[in-house]
This record gives sequence, C-alpha cells and structure tokens, in this order.
Amino acid sequence: MSDLRDLYQEVILDHGKNPRNFRKLEDADHQAEGNNPLCGDRINLYLKMDGEVITDIGFQGRGCAISTASASMMTESVKGKTRAEVEALFQRFHELVTGEAEAPPGAPELGKLTVFAGVRDYPIRVKCATLPWHTLRAALEEKREPVSTE
Amino acid sequence: MLDVQAIRKDFDILGREMRGKPLVYLDNAATTQKPRVVIEALVEYYQNYNANIHRGIYYLSELATEKYEHVREKTARFIGAPDPATIIFTRNATEAINLVAYAWGRQYIEPGDEIVLTEMEHHSNLVPWQLLAQEKGARLRHIGITEDGRLALDDLDEIITERTKLLSITRMSNVLGTINPVKPLIDRAHAKGAVCLIDGAQGVPHLPTRVLELDCDFLAFSAHKMLGPTGVGVLYGKREWLERMPPFLGGGDMISRVWLDRATWNKLPWKYEAGTPNIADVIAFGAALDYLEQIGMEAVQAHERELTAYALEQLSRVPGIRIFGPRHVEHRGGVISFDLEGIHPHDIGQLLDAEGVAIRAGHHCCQPLMERLDVSATARASFYIYNTEEEVDRLVAAVRKVERVFSRAVS
Ligand SMILES: Cc1ncc(COP(=O)(O)O)c(C=O)c1O
Repeated sequence: MSDLRDLYQEVILDHGKNPRNFRKLEDADHQAEGNNPLCGDRINLYLKMDGEVITDIGFQGRGCAISTASASMMTESVKGKTRAEVEALFQRFHELVTGEAEAPPGAPELGKLTVFAGVRDYPIRVKCATLPWHTLRAALEEKREPVSTE
Repeated sequence: MLDVQAIRKDFDILGREMRGKPLVYLDNAATTQKPRVVIEALVEYYQNYNANIHRGIYYLSELATEKYEHVREKTARFIGAPDPATIIFTRNATEAINLVAYAWGRQYIEPGDEIVLTEMEHHSNLVPWQLLAQEKGARLRHIGITEDGRLALDDLDEIITERTKLLSITRMSNVLGTINPVKPLIDRAHAKGAVCLIDGAQGVPHLPTRVLELDCDFLAFSAHKMLGPTGVGVLYGKREWLERMPPFLGGGDMISRVWLDRATWNKLPWKYEAGTPNIADVIAFGAALDYLEQIGMEAVQAHERELTAYALEQLSRVPGIRIFGPRHVEHRGGVISFDLEGIHPHDIGQLLDAEGVAIRAGHHCCQPLMERLDVSATARASFYIYNTEEEVDRLVAAVRKVERVFSRAVS
C-alpha cells in the first residue's frame, strides 16, 4: 500500500478522524450546503465575516477521510483571510489536486494543504477534496441552492 | 459443484493484475465479466455475417436474423416462458421498466390509483414510477424493511389494497442481498386485481427463474449482469398485456403499415422493438445464456450461497465491521454490504483497490435505502460463478488492513 501513503498521509488521517472547527456557528452570517452525489458526502459550512474578512468558520456533515480532512484543514487555513485571498488560495489548491500545476517547493500560500498533492493520482477523489472549497465559495457568494460536485 | 478453476480459464481478464496484484473482482452486482465465448460471438458476427435484420432478402441478413431470433427463444427458455414472442429486447433492465411505465402505465394508471414499491428498490424501479405518479396523480406506497434488511410484511394488508394497480419489486436487493418472497406478494397483489412487475436485474443472473410459477405479469433484467455484453436488456410480459398495451417507441420495424398520418403496429414481439436493435450484443448474449445453462442455475446459486456463508463468517470477525442485510444465508444472495466504524466506504474502496480487490463503495443507486439505513454509503462485495474462497480471504485480509491503517490515526 506504499503509493497509497501519498494519498492517506498521517495528517489527512488525523484530520479525517478528528476534524477541527467541526461545529455549527449559531451566529453565522453566511452559510452553504454542499453535496457529492457520487458518494453521498454532505457538508454544511458556516461563516462569520467582518467586512471582507472571515473571522470564524465551522462545518458539519459526513464524508470520506479526504473530504473531511480537506474541510478541516481548509477551515484552519482560511480563518482571517479576505475573500480575494480565499479565492486565490482555492485556485492554487485546485491546481494542486488536479495536477494542473506542480506545487512550488514549500508553496507558501498553500502551507500544510500541500499534503493533498497525492489526490492528483486518483481523479475520482478530486471531487472529495474540492467539495469543501466549492461550498465555501457558495457561502461567500450567498448562494441559496446547495452546491453539487456533479 | 462448480469446477471454478475450469470456469476461471474462460475469463482472460481474471488473470490480469490490478495495482500490481492479482485482480480480485468482487463487483459483480454492477456488472459481471464476460467469458471468451461471449466476446468471440461478438467478433464473429461483425467479421462473418454483419447485416441488418428483418430486412434483407440476402443470405447474410437471413443468417443474422435467424441468430438474433434464436436468442429470443433461448431467453424464453432460460426464464421458463413458453412463448418467445413475449420476450422484448431493450437496452437494459432500466429501459425495460420504463417501457412498462410508459406503455402500460400511461394507459392504465388513473388518478388516485396506488403503485406499491419497496424501500429497497434501485433508482431504476423508483424513478419511472415517480414520473408516472406525478403525471397521473397516482400515489406511491412503499413496503418497509426490517432491521435485518428483509421486507416488513406485517402491515401488508394496509399497503396492498383494492386501490393497488401495480406491484413492482425487486427479486433480490443489490445492496442487502435480500432475496424477497416475491411469489406470495404477487399472489396477494393479483388477488386485489393488481399487475405485478419483478425487477430481475439481480434475481435472474443468480437464481433459477420460472415466470409461469412466479406468475408475474412483467419481468425485467439486464444481460451485462449475467455474463452478457452491455447494451441488452430483456422485458418479459404476459401476452395479454403486450397485445393490449400501446407501443413504446415509434419507428421502423415496429409497424405493420404506415400512412402519412397514421400507422398500424407489427406483431409481437417486434411491436416494441423500434429501429435497428443491438444485433451483435443480443447474439453474444445467447452465448452467455448457453454458458449459464450448461452450468445450471441451481449450481450457480449453490456456489454463491456457499461463498457468501464463508465470507459472512470471515468478515464478521473483523473489528469494527457492520454487515447489512439478512443474517441467514437462506435469505440472501451473493451480495454483502458492510462498513467499518469511523471509516467512510469510499476510503475502504480506495484501500482495497490498492490491494487489487475491486469492490463498490457508494449508494449503489439506492439513495432512499441509504437514508433508511442511516448511512451515506456502504462498501459492497458481490460474487459470481468464478469467485473463490481464496479471493474471499484476500478481501478479508484487505479489509483488516484498512482497519489497521485507519486505527493508526486515532492512536
Ligand atoms: C436491482 C437492480 N435493478 C435495476 C438495475 C438497473 O440495471 P441496468 O443499469 O442494467 O439497467 C440494477 C443495476 O444495478 C439493479 O441492481
């Protein structure tokens, strides 16, 4: 299972088991729901904004280790960032997991998120890794319709 | 008993590797592998007698027509239907069910009528009836399931009533493996004057099927789940219904006479086969039927039952595992859905893939059943004639490994 270690890195297994910010924000001012019909993954995302800046973020739902870990680590990395910064980060993350661009060593803006580089070898799992990000974008745009990866 | 080693030699794909390990193919409920004779039948048609059927007055067309129609006779014999004209070829089981929903349903369902389904149906046997019910103002009723994944028959008198116009249920669940007591249900529905359709997509490939004994009005199944090629489905229907129902699709072949403003219909079964059918794949399906007939469906069922009993016993010892469906092997076919505590089925499937073991993880086109089981997905292993106890051992070892890899994360 050696090559699979790239996909299921310790950090991912850890965040998959013990997700951070796994809670509903009662006073959220933005929220969105995301679904991956293929595997039945579901995520509810809650945001508190101060102007352009995300001041707090939480999520709930159920999903595979990849999607849960991605949501958990996303919440850690976007707190305190502006919309524009989040959008730029998502672009970089998307390139990373789809293999469109090699992450530069240490890719400063991605930080710990580079552990998801292994996803690029498993195309059907890209949706798992990006579902939380699509849902975040929907929450920022205040979309009412649940987002779907299909 | 099956000579499984001899059977395996007929399937070249079973000798290949996946991710550097010998392939263990356990996704037979999705589609089965095809023996060499089936693949050869396809090639032979295209190389030696490719021609359209029912049209040409030349030798090749006559030959193709004869081979195609001969498979209709084989199919009829395989399910115990005395009249080959009651066998309609479609694209798949889904299209066969839709044929009934359109042709029969739009003619005979009226506002207030009830259509009885179950909570374990595949989307193919749910959505066509939802569309029909919405259009006609009919009502859908569902037979529930028990904790161990069998049909809950207690309040049946309340569900199957004089208002029931159609009972449409699966012979065997593609998730739980449950073999349903369809015969008594059909008798009950008939006593109330209802019509009965059996979704045989999982039943026909794995169990002996005799339509006259079942007394179902319609039976739908797919060739690709029983050693045949994709692109061929079968609808069996009682002649009285097939005669009375309007056609499904309009076009060539299904007509008798056409004027500019109207047409009359061809005889059965061609009334329901508009346009050029899937000639090559139907002919190859004939080779699949021969193959199964030679083994015998009783032997197929016995082999799967033995393998399933062994797998249930071995899997139940894995820490954290939960197995869905009937506990007793008499009530189930060769399908085992399971999950592991705290591990998503998709992750199970991914790690098994790395071990060369192909299973399915997901909702298996049964989202309402997933809701009922209160899970988002399950992992599912499903067997066929070529699977062995050694392969079950590979499955179990791989599942144990998944459990170990993930328990690393909590410690
Ligand atoms: C119980 C059941 N019904 C219907 C179907 C649909 O078969 P097909 O996709 O070949 O039309 C399936 C296939 O997964 C099934 O398992």
